[in-house]
Amino acid sequence: MYQYDAIDRQLILDRVEQFRDQVRRWQAGELTDDEFRPLRLQNGLYIQRHAPMFRIAVPYGMLNSAQLRKLAHVARKYDRGYGHFTTRHNLQLNWPQLTDVPDILAELAEVDLHAIQTSGNCLRNITTDQFAGVAADEIIDPRPLAEILRQWTTFHPEFAFLPRKFKIAISGTEEDRAVTWFHDIGLHLKVVDGVTGFTVIVGGGLGRTPIRGQVVREFLPWQHILSYCEAILRVYNRFGRRDNAYKARIKILVQALGVEEFGKLVEAEWAHSKDGPATITQAEYDRVAAHFGAPAYETITTVDAAYQAKIAEEKAFARWVERNTQPHKVPGYAAVTLSLKPHGVAPGDITSDQMEVVADLADRYSFGELRISHEQNIILADVRLADLAEVWRVAKAAGLATPNIGLLTSMICCPGGDFCDLANAKSIPIATAIQQRFDDLDYLFEIGDIDLNISGCMNACGHHHVGHIGVLGVDKNDAEFYQVTLGGRQGNDAKLGKVIGPSFSADEMPDVVEKIIKVYLENRHPDEHFIDTFDRIGIDPFKNRVYEGRAHGKAKQKEAA
Amino acid sequence: MAQLIKQGNVTADTWTTLTLAEGETPETVALPTGDVIFPLAVWRARRNEIVSCHKRIGLLLLPDDKVEDIAADLEYFVVVAVHFPKFVDGRGYSTAALLRQRYHYQGELRAVGDVLHDQLFFMKRVGFDSYALKDGKDAIYAIGKGFAPFSETYQASTDQPDPHFRRRSA
Repeated sequence: MYQYDAIDRQLILDRVEQFRDQVRRWQAGELTDDEFRPLRLQNGLYIQRHAPMFRIAVPYGMLNSAQLRKLAHVARKYDRGYGHFTTRHNLQLNWPQLTDVPDILAELAEVDLHAIQTSGNCLRNITTDQFAGVAADEIIDPRPLAEILRQWTTFHPEFAFLPRKFKIAISGTEEDRAVTWFHDIGLHLKVVDGVTGFTVIVGGGLGRTPIRGQVVREFLPWQHILSYCEAILRVYNRFGRRDNAYKARIKILVQALGVEEFGKLVEAEWAHSKDGPATITQAEYDRVAAHFGAPAYETITTVDAAYQAKIAEEKAFARWVERNTQPHKVPGYAAVTLSLKPHGVAPGDITSDQMEVVADLADRYSFGELRISHEQNIILADVRLADLAEVWRVAKAAGLATPNIGLLTSMICCPGGDFCDLANAKSIPIATAIQQRFDDLDYLFEIGDIDLNISGCMNACGHHHVGHIGVLGVDKNDAEFYQVTLGGRQGNDAKLGKVIGPSFSADEMPDVVEKIIKVYLENRHPDEHFIDTFDRIGIDPFKNRVYEGRAHGKAKQKEAA
Repeated sequence: MAQLIKQGNVTADTWTTLTLAEGETPETVALPTGDVIFPLAVWRARRNEIVSCHKRIGLLLLPDDKVEDIAADLEYFVVVAVHFPKFVDGRGYSTAALLRQRYHYQGELRAVGDVLHDQLFFMKRVGFDSYALKDGKDAIYAIGKGFAPFSETYQASTDQPDPHFRRRSA
């Protein structure tokens, strides 16, 4: 992975001192709360329900073992010994003291970690595919350009105070795993006539107004990505709405102008900077790309006999291999997903002890590196098949080997009303209740591939719109209710789920999910996944079952009258 | 009164900004003498008059004012003041960048309004060279610490037309 040079490192150290001084001035009354708020947000610091919530960046999801050990240490020393991985490659601490944050930043800087622009109305962390560099379906490794973009976003002088937050995702595979259709800018790497470049998507987003992004440029050679993004950002910075925070994302501007008109403004802006100094040089690309070279893989020509025997003998291991490992482009290797979704624990949560176990596993079996996925799991990207049994044994002992990747209980879930000030409703107890209801592994495997995503409010941090089953916490007369959507999905055919009907109380949710699953199991053809059956039979059979015996819609109004 | 920071010092401000009182219109407002910063609407309505009686002319740009509309007139201005109604309203950064980078405005470019210590670095980078720091803030401390919190910059901007990757030694 990318190694910071003296300049990269110095900028992070500068940032620590800048923030230390900002905290000092705020404590001394030289900065008002309003003046301090955007400054702390741009260092990942929210004031939340119980304490500040502190968000540490994991740029494009890459970590090394030393960094993870430092995160373990920070979570233990300054918090309660655990952290929470988010859907955008960040680690959140829920209980730090605000006045400790400069010291936390200083400790993180020792291993090139930071919290730069992890919140606030600015350019956020760049996100990508957790299998970048090892995926069998990869066209181009997105990480060198992700790093070049990271540097460009860092302290960009013109775009530090945008109308609203701005998120960029970049994907280099056949099948999009970076939710690029639902980002402010989504970049799809591809090769056309031997030229590497991007399809540029703008104006996507989940949140309050979920909108699938639109293609603003079908193909852009890679050298122009900074100048082109700059053109998009300048149009947005100048003309994006600032009168209403709920209408301030770029998606609203793109909708208001239409993507064609928006594209014309961008192209007119870009005409001035095209081929200018921001054009990336081959030398710079090569310099950065050299950091992402393949590790020293062994040449493995035979399948390990002990590994094969263990698969045949031990069902639990075979299951874990089936669900939690991914094909690797190098023979004899696999990418391992360590599940942060054990039943009964908040999805994405990880203790300091577990972080240390993972760091050790990475050192021993995966070249000292790991990744964080937007599904809130950890990936060891380069494990020999012969080592899988030992990785499984250690991970299992640490509670990191639940074989549920892609299954119902491996849900995406935001921190929700237990921690977050924005939330209308709790999300973690819903996740936990569903996990308890579906605690039978045989049944989970029988159900097969399905995405269940839960958000505690319409800001949609849990990506509920793109879950096959989406659950959204809503507030009804000060009580917590849950709205269910079906048919959403990520990937190349990403789309938003449809609301099934009136919302449910927390107690009803496990039953509701169970009924939905039953309709699927009763109707599915062999080899159909949940989403395929849904596409074939439509929403009505699900709706009818879920609301069976319940007066709702018109009937309910009549009843009330 | 804001404190005007220029060339690393707090300096006396010789300029006054014309503001329209209730009932006054750009067409009828009395034009003061001396160094005056005029709102765009007044400049548009009274351009010939202003040019004939003022040697040194200043222009005030609000966040909604489009730089493109005034580009042809830039040679008239000794000062262009860009107004930040709130420091979190970042449109003025693009205004400044366009004035300097696209229209090659050479005169004084002044940040006015909600101008604070922690934005000076960004303002300097996009091309401002004078700063009306908000009243009550420590101007000396801001001059010492606010302009260069970072020892290097990655991106190209007005103050450094080459991004860092073009300045690396081979």
